[in-house]
Amino acid sequence: MFGAPVQRREDPRLVSGNGRYLDDLGQDALAAAFVRSPYAHARILDIDVTDAIDIPGVIAIYTHEDLDGKTAERLPLLIPHPDLTNPMTGYCLSREVVKHVGEAVAMVVATDRYVAEDACERIKVDYEQLPVVVGLEKSRAAEVLVHAEAPGNIAAHMVQEVGDTAAAIAAAPHRLTLSLQIERSASMPMEGRGVYARWDSDEQSIRLYSSTQTSTGVRAAVAAKLGMPLAKVECIAPDVGGGFGVKIVHPWPEEVLIPWAARRLDAEVKWVEDRREHFISSAHERAQLQDIEVGFDDAGRVLGLSVKFWHDNGAYTPYGIIVPIITSTQLLGPYKPGAYRVEFFSMYTNTVMVTPYRGAGRPQGVFAMERTMDAIADYLGLDRTDVRSANFIQVEDMPYDHGLLFQDGRPLMYDSGDFPASLAKLKELVGWDDFAAYRTQAVAEGRRVGLGIGCYVEGTGVGPYEGGHIQIETSGRVNVSTGLTSQGQGHQTVFAQIVADELGVPIEDVFVTTGDTRRFGYAVGTFASRAAVISGNAIALAARSVREKALRIAGEALEVDPGDLEIIDGIVRVKGDPESSIALATVAVMSNPLRYAFDESAQAATQFAHTGAMDYSKPPVADGEEPGLEGKGYYSPTRATFANGMHAAIVETDPQTAEIKILRYCVIHDCGRMINPMIVEGQVHGGVAQGVGGALYERMVYDDAGQLLNASFMDFLMPYASEVPHIETDHLETPSPLNSLGIKGAGEAGTIPVSAVIASAIEDAEGFPITSMPISPDELWNLRRQHADGLIPDLRRGSRTMATTTRATTNATTTPNA
Amino acid sequence: MSEILRTDVEPLVEITMRVNGVKHTAGVPTRRLLSDFLRHELRLTGTHVGCEHGVCGACTVLFDGAPMRSCLMFAVTAQDHEITTVEGLAQPVNGAETPTMSPVQQAFIECHGLQCGFCTPGFLTTITAYLKENPDPTETEAREAISGNLCRCTGYQNIVKSVLRAAEIANERGDSA
Repeated sequence: MFGAPVQRREDPRLVSGNGRYLDDLGQDALAAAFVRSPYAHARILDIDVTDAIDIPGVIAIYTHEDLDGKTAERLPLLIPHPDLTNPMTGYCLSREVVKHVGEAVAMVVATDRYVAEDACERIKVDYEQLPVVVGLEKSRAAEVLVHAEAPGNIAAHMVQEVGDTAAAIAAAPHRLTLSLQIERSASMPMEGRGVYARWDSDEQSIRLYSSTQTSTGVRAAVAAKLGMPLAKVECIAPDVGGGFGVKIVHPWPEEVLIPWAARRLDAEVKWVEDRREHFISSAHERAQLQDIEVGFDDAGRVLGLSVKFWHDNGAYTPYGIIVPIITSTQLLGPYKPGAYRVEFFSMYTNTVMVTPYRGAGRPQGVFAMERTMDAIADYLGLDRTDVRSANFIQVEDMPYDHGLLFQDGRPLMYDSGDFPASLAKLKELVGWDDFAAYRTQAVAEGRRVGLGIGCYVEGTGVGPYEGGHIQIETSGRVNVSTGLTSQGQGHQTVFAQIVADELGVPIEDVFVTTGDTRRFGYAVGTFASRAAVISGNAIALAARSVREKALRIAGEALEVDPGDLEIIDGIVRVKGDPESSIALATVAVMSNPLRYAFDESAQAATQFAHTGAMDYSKPPVADGEEPGLEGKGYYSPTRATFANGMHAAIVETDPQTAEIKILRYCVIHDCGRMINPMIVEGQVHGGVAQGVGGALYERMVYDDAGQLLNASFMDFLMPYASEVPHIETDHLETPSPLNSLGIKGAGEAGTIPVSAVIASAIEDAEGFPITSMPISPDELWNLRRQHADGLIPDLRRGSRTMATTTRATTNATTTPNA
Repeated sequence: MSEILRTDVEPLVEITMRVNGVKHTAGVPTRRLLSDFLRHELRLTGTHVGCEHGVCGACTVLFDGAPMRSCLMFAVTAQDHEITTVEGLAQPVNGAETPTMSPVQQAFIECHGLQCGFCTPGFLTTITAYLKENPDPTETEAREAISGNLCRCTGYQNIVKSVLRAAEIANERGDSA
């Protein structure tokens, strides 16, 4: 099963309309809706609910004044960090001041969502508008502060350095500086967030459903906020319509308020986010300004790299500084710079907060590094792949320790990967060496084409841990549970594949549950391409312990050494003597000594059922044993396992209209051993599509007042099938030595290098540097004009002769293209 | 529910429509969207709502056989019309009691045409209608046919494949999609 393109076990349900997403539940629940701030920065002077409260069907209206206990306090800082010196989190409902458009100010609960929204419209909020900070330039200028508590609008300032970077750059034969920019996008799952809470007044307990990437996290946070014992709160992630990062944040205000209201009203309450709410109150990602200085030798080897960047974290920092930390570390990709210094500032603005979105800081880091590699190649007149090769970490260097701390607080140490082999595969797939001839032909036809490349390394499968539980029922049904959640990754299939192999049972007998705290209480969540690695290995460990127990019991029954047994198709049998066998279902019966027979098969385990001699000195459940054929396993990695990949694209830019078309898109991907190559391929496809969106179409357009001008699918341009090219893929499987299955994560891979690749290709087509992404046709058209006016330099294309060794600092990229 | 009493707070209009071959009569507020009516009155939750402004296509149903966005229509508009939702795509074949997956549903399973599954019902209905018009599309036509629906998971690669495979399956079965 492992390694086979097994069809997904989820699909028959999902293609038949039998999925159960958040809004499919709680059909009789009360509906909540929110009044949200129309201003980016304002003081709330008064909230008047007079016209709303008497609308028939309105049950309750709440503002911050109504909140009690810990629900009235700020939301938690989920990931503190010593360098995050000025952390700020919001409230469930705004208290006195709003910090971005979309912040919740009041909550209405009504019999029906239509009525709840009617009431929201009739609530009058009187605001005093305050000065607004939008964009990193304004934030850096700090003439206006987002939070008085954060001087200079700086949430965090962090520096990491390996070696003496300034000296290395100063001593290098060549130097370049680059100024780069990347704009905001967002996860934008097709299903927004949503919460449904059932208060049980008899049990004084809450059952909470949330469209979340971490049900254990939500459960713990809600119990803490509501002052309830953990044992009285359960959280379930039902079918989730995509996450991509935004749903790992918790607790969202609504995740606290909905159960709080359910308890207060002694009723079921549900809230389902609409698309506009998702745009203006759920998280975004990406925006950074980057300054780079690099020193290198004649072969393009980087001797010293200094990166300084500014990261727009929006109005709050509940998720800490994970995103810029990842940028600052994963920027290095498959390369080993002689010395490296990175410094970043995480900055406040009056905009929606920034938390991880697929790639989580890596697309920005890879953009910085790959633009640098292309600039070096251009400067020296070398092939872009040769410069990359000159800087690759080699197979014999593995494990390779960068000497930095990664996002999990552990060493940034690569476990495996074969970068030269990946590059060779990519060059062959895209036809790298044949491109010059293709370009010549295209030029002759009056067409403008370019070839781009981007390489990345992705730390996946970060800890701290996940667990798995497996129970074999007396019917032979195998129940598997793990605490982390699913948003379309096919966990019910891939985890079943692992269990089918480890236990020797048909995959049809294996049933996987994820993200339900009633079934498994210890978990972290689904993010950082970690589910297959961490839960996959935990489940494998659980399966091995169940197998061992099954063989032990079967060995006693068959009077053979457990080591002489094998399990094939759910039957335990003696190796070489398949007639001597016992079904796992029967072993399950025997594992649980019974007083009462509830069905025919159970009779075999009852107290008078035995035949033959019994050893009455032994208890029915042996010392050290537990009843039942079940087992648990936890996997906690010492550090992340690093997947990698390399992409290349051929683009065509229209000489007149500057329309940008991707003609070919090629991917080499290495995530170690693949559990299900069909699913891995699907992950890569989806990732690339989001990358294409981020490179060419998607951006969050804020005006100076902090209004998000494109907060709908009509104006925020997510790619349709017409915008995503055919994606050509090939895989390398370099197993991870860190876990017994040899796997690495694959979830984010596709997205990471796309902006770098497309920028590289457009630059190659146009002949001048591309320094800002995303890029639209009108921006490219304007760049052409600036280039024609001499405001943007030509690419050097190696015009500099190799013999010259004069140390020169060239500011290759002074003009941003926005 | 405890002491909270629900009251019908809006005047209702009685409407009748056939959904997946079954006649339904219900009283609805005039402003009730067709998508909400299907999901929350008839409890056919397979039709999903992704944007509520007609762009994503997740809510697409067949309205007298033609794909339409149920989030842009009022339920009262469907008076006396025939609606097919994703729940109605699988039909019993050759007098069997249990329904068989339609060629489009089967193709999505075979080709890994879905991941989270949220947009899927809109694609299934759209493609079902499309293949009736064009039972033997080229890859380019297949891509064009699905270019009005958003998917955030698959990058569309395997949905294009699913369209082509669905046409094949329909052909193999000797019936239409």
